[in-house]
Amino acid sequence: MKLKFALFGVLTATVALPALAQTKPVEPPGGRYAKEAEQIFRDSFRADNPKYWMTRIEQDETMRTCGIYRDNPPRKIGQQLEKLNRATIRYPVDGKLIGDWKEGEKLAAVGTGGHIGFIQPDPPGRVRGGNCYACHELAKKELAYGTIGPSLSHYGKLRGNSEEIIKYTYDKVYNSNAFTACTNMPRFGLHNWLTPEQITHIVAFLVDPESPVNKD
Amino acid sequence: MTQGLIRTLVGVAVAATFVGSAVAQDSKVADELAKYREALADGNPADLLEVKGEGLWAEKRGPKNASLEQCDLGLGPGKLDGAYAQLPRYFKDTGRVMDVESRLVHCMMTLQGFTKEQATKNWFSKPGTESDIEALVTFIGAKSNGMKINVPATHPEEARMAKVGEYIFYRRSGPQDFSCAICHGQDGKRIRLQDLGNLTTQEGAGVAMKTWPSYRVSQGAVWTMQRRLIDCMRQARWPEPYYLADSIVALQTYLQKTATGTVMETPGIKR
Repeated sequence: MKLKFALFGVLTATVALPALAQTKPVEPPGGRYAKEAEQIFRDSFRADNPKYWMTRIEQDETMRTCGIYRDNPPRKIGQQLEKLNRATIRYPVDGKLIGDWKEGEKLAAVGTGGHIGFIQPDPPGRVRGGNCYACHELAKKELAYGTIGPSLSHYGKLRGNSEEIIKYTYDKVYNSNAFTACTNMPRFGLHNWLTPEQITHIVAFLVDPESPVNKD
Repeated sequence: MTQGLIRTLVGVAVAATFVGSAVAQDSKVADELAKYREALADGNPADLLEVKGEGLWAEKRGPKNASLEQCDLGLGPGKLDGAYAQLPRYFKDTGRVMDVESRLVHCMMTLQGFTKEQATKNWFSKPGTESDIEALVTFIGAKSNGMKINVPATHPEEARMAKVGEYIFYRRSGPQDFSCAICHGQDGKRIRLQDLGNLTTQEGAGVAMKTWPSYRVSQGAVWTMQRRLIDCMRQARWPEPYYLADSIVALQTYLQKTATGTVMETPGIKR
């Protein structure tokens, strides 16, 4: 019993030491069943799913790594992912990163689009938006906002609308993981969920002094 | 005590302001709230389904002209009290971990002689098409009302399924980079005005699991846990798992294990 206890102590110390230097290691979800679990997940879909739908369960390196670390990767790995994601950012052909805040305001409120499946898919051509209000506070007048992300109220008022801020804002919406690996925020540009032009409208909604985000 | 009361009053006032403004902004929300109140005033519409389920349970049906009264949901043939609260679990006769719906379908096939296709054809109701499974699960669920969720997942197969569920919970994919954990991995968050439970904690998972099956006002129907989780996948913009898929049973095992100890309050009524 005593020996067992001592052994446990040694083991704990061995595990804990490198942990002090790094983020506390957490067992990857699924533990030793992770590989099996992936197969079970993949085997859970009807064979007659269109190929295009099934691409949505594929994972890129970022998704896979974030899952392993429960969205909290060690800093070094996080930095690698951020670099990888930074390299994906594309800009509108005309190079203009700030669009029309009124269009951006509309996109921020739209939460529909992109639902697939046999039970309740979206009708073809259903408008897709950024659904920003699902997670963020933006214009003061919209009270039905979520809190998964930080409040973006007075975003431009607080940060100004310098070129750097505009570029940062565009990049963040295009690929959130370029700055914070494994953030909850989707990578809207990377997945073509929003076009570069639509992203410029959301940028305007955030930074334009005339936008309701920066009023009141 | 007084402080607590003040806090509650402030909380209620803040909540009222939110609801008030949201209603003014969005008449759809107002309609829904009205439906809610109506439903609550008359009692939970799921109660009717529970009665229907009770009838179906005892009725001789199917090619074998048998009732479901000898169905073993894990506590022995015909033992219903507390059965829902201890599912999913491993069943020796099938060699599988099964949730209430997989087991019910198994009984409909073995006892009543239905084919799987017949048994699952209307696994959820649509306007004008009722679902026997919804009624039966509501009835079975209610037989666990007031009892503690008890899925310790001690059998190796159950432990394995709980781990598989955990894996799926954190697995990110799709055009929004979602996983279950994105919305349900933190305390005290909201999506729009909807509160989100932290399903990685006993409390959060308990709140989520104890009220199913639940009448959903926005859908005008009772949803089973299979229906609920398959729709979560839709919301994540993933393809839809098939009914009774192992991935869904695994997620339920993970969630019920986390919620173990929470007292069941079913059928529930939800947005």
